[in-house]
Amino acid sequence: MNNAAKNKLKDNLLKYFGILCTLSGLIALAIFIIDILMDGLQRLDWEFITSLPSRFPEKAGILTAWTGTVWVFCLTALIAIPIGVAAGVYLEEYNKKGALANLLEINIANLAGVPSIIYGILGLEIFVRILNLGGSLLAGSFTLALLILPIIIVATREAIRTVPKTIKEASFALGATKWQTISRQVLPASASGIITGVILALSRAVGETAPLIVIGALAYVPFVAKTPMDEFTILPIQIFNWVSRPQHGFIINAAAAIIVLLGFVFIMNGVAVYIRNKAQRKGQ
Amino acid sequence: MLKAKEYIIEKGLLLCALITALTTIGIILVLTIEAITFFKEISLVDFLTDTQWTPLYSEKHFGVLPLLAGTFLTTVIAILVALPIGMGIAIYLSEYAPKSFRKTIKPLLELLAAVPTVVYGFFALMVVTPFLQKIIPGLSGFNALSAGIVMGVMIIPFISSMSEDALHAVPKSLREAAYGMGSTRLQTVFKVTIPSASSGITASAILAISRAIGETMIVAIAAGQMPGLTFNPIKPVQTITAYIVQVSSGDVPFGSLEHSTIFATGISLFVLTFILNSISFWVSKKYHRQYE
Repeated sequence: MNNAAKNKLKDNLLKYFGILCTLSGLIALAIFIIDILMDGLQRLDWEFITSLPSRFPEKAGILTAWTGTVWVFCLTALIAIPIGVAAGVYLEEYNKKGALANLLEINIANLAGVPSIIYGILGLEIFVRILNLGGSLLAGSFTLALLILPIIIVATREAIRTVPKTIKEASFALGATKWQTISRQVLPASASGIITGVILALSRAVGETAPLIVIGALAYVPFVAKTPMDEFTILPIQIFNWVSRPQHGFIINAAAAIIVLLGFVFIMNGVAVYIRNKAQRKGQ
Repeated sequence: MLKAKEYIIEKGLLLCALITALTTIGIILVLTIEAITFFKEISLVDFLTDTQWTPLYSEKHFGVLPLLAGTFLTTVIAILVALPIGMGIAIYLSEYAPKSFRKTIKPLLELLAAVPTVVYGFFALMVVTPFLQKIIPGLSGFNALSAGIVMGVMIIPFISSMSEDALHAVPKSLREAAYGMGSTRLQTVFKVTIPSASSGITASAILAISRAIGETMIVAIAAGQMPGLTFNPIKPVQTITAYIVQVSSGDVPFGSLEHSTIFATGISLFVLTFILNSISFWVSKKYHRQYE
């Protein structure tokens, strides 16, 4: 074999190694999902979704868990979206180059890498104890809002950056003020990017477990939360609790609850990707 | 009037941006203040040198080394899985794959990072461990190996997407020069593209390590609750994060010395990840400057 043929062979080997790597991640994911479906689908019925938790695996359901997750989702969105988008607008449009902006940018990059459980410790001290919210939905949602703020801010900044300068200049030329330009031109033009980022951030919040365990969300809550001040549980914590038990029945329950959680997360990711692709097509 | 409104809006937006600074200050203050109360009772030297961690037992030892060992072990396993696969994906997608394939595969790979970690914990405990037990006799029901492997799968997208971006940012002219000299794609990748993108790739690897250190639910579910100074991957271990979960989900009274251990271990975790994140941020800043 001459040198050129050897090199060609090596080149092809690298190519197939790359394909193998790409597929291995996806195959792992597929195996996991198939296994979950096989374990959990048999258990997933209307009764499971509408039943309260119980000591008996065959009677236990996820009503309090998924309603808790919906509560947390809505409250976190209400808190995090306005603050995150506002912060992103400020950093991108008002203070792009100052020393403060520089400091905040480094800070946000660092916050994005802080382990989620540390946010739990912060939430425990600030929201649960100092603000005396207890292990309530509100305390949990504030904690998760802080956790996803960096994601929303970064997404907002990136989306705003793609708005053509000409649009802004045209608006200024017509006599619009800075805020009028931002609220009527820049934000609508960058909406799809911001929405994509917000959905991905919220999908992360929905799957978070550790910080909420730390702030004291309970594994066993026998009632559906009615106000933001109620104690709560969420799907991931319910799953964690069931996985930790020895009885096989609870493992099946955990798999069924995972199907519901994954359904939620995958739908959100799908919507985010759809919006992003649609916006890209429009942009071309 | 309009001017006043503009002024108020700008300050309002500034306030929102400052919340991120307050978050960092809050984290540092909370961890430091609570850790100081802990270190008033347990000396820092004991904390860093004692080889046992048993705050929840009657005979109490407060040495963080076993928790660090558990964290280190699961992280190393995760990186050993994620780095070669992640790099393989990055190289394939940026240098070999057709554009249409790239476009469909990227969102699918991102799904790997979107799966909640508690779900990965379930996989590690219920799928990976039983499977590995068939191959490795003596593998405990809770072990560092399965937790580490599954954690590796989880962080693949972090490495692959950041490294791919870094490879992609290498100017086309460099590649073309290499091809012009008669290099194959493999030679171009290893001799030109990867060296040029090395800082971006390094940054992604460091960030992935930091992710693995801070990851909680997989290790809390599948790695066990046995802090020990061991580097044996088939035995149960406990990581810093899993310990914090154990204390938080138990009924340790608030304000007790046992409970304050979560702040001492929490600050160790924070410092560790903070250093890694800063290095990663600094390295990637440097590489951005390179080609702009």
